Amino acid sequence: MTTKKMAIIATKGTLDMAYPPFILASTAAALGYDVQIFFTFYGLQLLRKDLSNVMISPLANPAMPMPIPMPVMVQMLPGMESIATMMMKQKLKKHGVASLEELRDLCLEADVKFVACQMTVDLFEFDKSEFIEPVEYAGAAAFFGFAGETDICLFV
Amino acid sequence: MNFDKEFNASGMSCPLPIVKTKKALVDMASGQVLKVIATDSGAVKDMQAFADQTGNTLLSTSEEGGAYVFMMQKK
Repeated sequence: MTTKKMAIIATKGTLDMAYPPFILASTAAALGYDVQIFFTFYGLQLLRKDLSNVMISPLANPAMPMPIPMPVMVQMLPGMESIATMMMKQKLKKHGVASLEELRDLCLEADVKFVACQMTVDLFEFDKSEFIEPVEYAGAAAFFGFAGETDICLFV
Repeated sequence: MNFDKEFNASGMSCPLPIVKTKKALVDMASGQVLKVIATDSGAVKDMQAFADQTGNTLLSTSEEGGAYVFMMQKK
């Protein structure tokens, strides 16, 4: 049986959108897939050692379930993002959902390959020393080298 | 049913029961049985899917006191 492969492009850097790439990658690896995640644009935030700036905002996110109805004017107030993030993290913990750090570690343990888009690293002037290891730096052509051979390819 | 190792995934949500079941199986020998306890109801379908895709055998699934018990035999 040949090893199945999966590639994911992670482009978002918010708390809610950070979960799908890591959940799918760790699960696929557990199922025996050879997995690669290509982090680009805001997805690069997910490679930083410190993930405390990966947050969730109720603003422009009308689908986010809130304990009480919250007018947009209130959502705009300073500190709302921090409050929403804290509440979401508490909720995740209460339901036994792993933290992003834990899921990311499980991915690395399972040999999921992390690739950072060099162009967006330069564009946003990210300091590579702020990123975890191991991370490879490459471009779109390198991504297709792997993605072209995959059974599953997802854009998140 | 006899088993060789137990992994308690109670309180864990997707994907931890599957990812950690895989980890628990790593140092086991072929033919040995891992008992997994989980409270995530999604694990019922996931554990079967895990077995189907990895070649391990899900010998049984049962419910005991609000928890699910899986017997997974290593390939």
